[in-house]
Amino acid sequence: MKPTRLNACGDWVLDRFPVTKFWNEHMAHYYAPKNFNFWYFFGSLALLVLVNQIITGILLTMNYKPDAKLAFDSIEYIMRDVPWGWLVRYMHSTGASAFFIVIYLHMFRGIMYGSFKHPRELIWIFGMLLFVALMAEAFMGYLLPWGQMSYWGAQVIISLFSAIPVIGDDLSLWIRGDYVIADATLNRFFAFHVIAVPLVLVMLVFMHIVALHEVGSNNPDGIEIKESKDPWGHPVDGIPFHPYYTVKDIVGVAVFLLFFATVIFYMPEMGGYFLEHANFIPADPMKTPEHIAPVWYFTPFYSVLRAIPDKFAGVIAMGGSIVVLFLLPWLDRCPVKSIRYRGGIFKKALFLFVVSFIALGYLGTQPVTPVATILARLFTTIYFGFFLLMPIYTRWEKTKPVPKSLTKDHSLEEQLHAIEEQFPALIEEITALKPVATEIGHPAFKSSFFNRRPNPVGIKNVATRLAKKLIESLD
Amino acid sequence: MNNKGVDKSKRQFLTSALTVVGAVGSGYLAIPFLAQMQPSVKAMAAGAPVEVDISKIETGQLIRVAWRGKPVWILNRTPEVLATLKTLDSELRDPLSNESDQPPSSKNPGRSIKPEIFVAVGLCTHLGCSPTFRPEIAPNDLGEQWKGGFFCPCHGSWFDLAGRVYRGVPAPSNLEIPPYRYITDTRIIVGEASEEKKA
Repeated sequence: MKPTRLNACGDWVLDRFPVTKFWNEHMAHYYAPKNFNFWYFFGSLALLVLVNQIITGILLTMNYKPDAKLAFDSIEYIMRDVPWGWLVRYMHSTGASAFFIVIYLHMFRGIMYGSFKHPRELIWIFGMLLFVALMAEAFMGYLLPWGQMSYWGAQVIISLFSAIPVIGDDLSLWIRGDYVIADATLNRFFAFHVIAVPLVLVMLVFMHIVALHEVGSNNPDGIEIKESKDPWGHPVDGIPFHPYYTVKDIVGVAVFLLFFATVIFYMPEMGGYFLEHANFIPADPMKTPEHIAPVWYFTPFYSVLRAIPDKFAGVIAMGGSIVVLFLLPWLDRCPVKSIRYRGGIFKKALFLFVVSFIALGYLGTQPVTPVATILARLFTTIYFGFFLLMPIYTRWEKTKPVPKSLTKDHSLEEQLHAIEEQFPALIEEITALKPVATEIGHPAFKSSFFNRRPNPVGIKNVATRLAKKLIESLD
Repeated sequence: MNNKGVDKSKRQFLTSALTVVGAVGSGYLAIPFLAQMQPSVKAMAAGAPVEVDISKIETGQLIRVAWRGKPVWILNRTPEVLATLKTLDSELRDPLSNESDQPPSSKNPGRSIKPEIFVAVGLCTHLGCSPTFRPEIAPNDLGEQWKGGFFCPCHGSWFDLAGRVYRGVPAPSNLEIPPYRYITDTRIIVGEASEEKKA
């Protein structure tokens, strides 16, 4: 084909900017394990939600006023008078909750398949930093509508810092920029929310992915695919990220958008969980709403705070419930990564942890009652128990042998042949020779097969063996 | 130029010197950047005292005024309330207000200059929510133990009607009492300390 002017133009750019090299390194020639399941959608979905937040966020800043006197009204202005303003705002507010749903599932995936373990500790650390930055981003964004919940939520969270001995009061004063939550606080939170924290987030996402592509992805079997390579140097159990996973992720995106759009159009407030009722009342520094609760994604940690009957200890416990996640790669002493080959004790512990996390999340949305406090203390104990006892119980784990590779060494023909070879022995076992050989009939009936009868003992033995194998595979 | 090769110790010295100078410079630059986030002069000046007419507050009634952007409560306590306050000491964390924040003129069991008129900053000492005024005795939601007081809906702290914190709740100390003084019998000024008791 004759080079066209467009080709020449493209080559001119490629000679100066390595687009192709970058594309090949991270997409077309980046080998990912071939056994990814649906849990592996959430990384790319998180990226999608981040892009959604950035685009809708930029549009919102065009009409929002970061001023204590104007903020609340400017949100209502966006909702009522700005063309499609309601859609952009609901995409942003729903996107915030969607971000946490996706991230929590992404983190759970990591815990379940041991993606935080050697050699991926740093990916986990970057991911945790992303989680903390995301919480800061969400918290500061929540002040901006300047509703009652914005105001009192921020008051409570900033007061957490005042619990730190000696420097606490000055620190919270410095964060607020005033003696109470005021215009100064709103203005600086706006600055952090729209530029400072997003820059940190994007940078951390970059580091998270660079670190991931350096060591390679984990997978549901927890096998290192780089350990077995084909003659061309590609992992036997790997497939190029593009086009295989780009196409697969598009399916995930489609399913995600179905749910996302349903919430945006039919239940943007999600019954007071995504947008709390009290936030439709302008901030009033004189009066706290009767029942204040943070947005749902903070409630597990908030429950931990409320469970401790001491101000400083409560703040320490809440901080600890996040810090302990950072330590996960060093708390888990089990050499096996994936839950598929791990012992029953880890499966039970993980189940209890998930139950306690959800229960703490629910309790955090509810008012304080004596029963709720006792339950919150119980689940807080389980939450910390999961992590702090981990070095002990993961050592006793009875793990199953992890396969070296996802691809079996034998070809299908060889396997069939092996089964064929085993077949006569199996027949031998489940049958026995008839006491008197029949002499009548066609010569074909004289073959050994028709001289045999079923052998109950042999059948029982085979059945027992199969049942044992089945139980082993389930445990 | 000599050909003896690279003098690494000189390089090391220059690298260290540049690092130190750079670190000191960044440190100095950090001061204005960080201090810039402290309360502005305007915010600091906004804490002007507030004058309140208390003649219209009926017995048992609570009014809220804003001082430094914070809610300040002024409560006219009934004789029954004052009698109840004396019986609570064993249930309180700091009945004599030794660990709490108040001007000397209010450091007494009733935590006020005049026994009936109670003035306090209406923000919980736990995490700064504004507690609700619940003067009724043993309401359904708070239970038999409730003898009237302030209840913080955020984290469930209990205070009596002198702003004293109960034991076993998250709040660490009694409600803060702002400096205030009486100009006349019916007018108080919040934000200025009482002078007679100070001396």
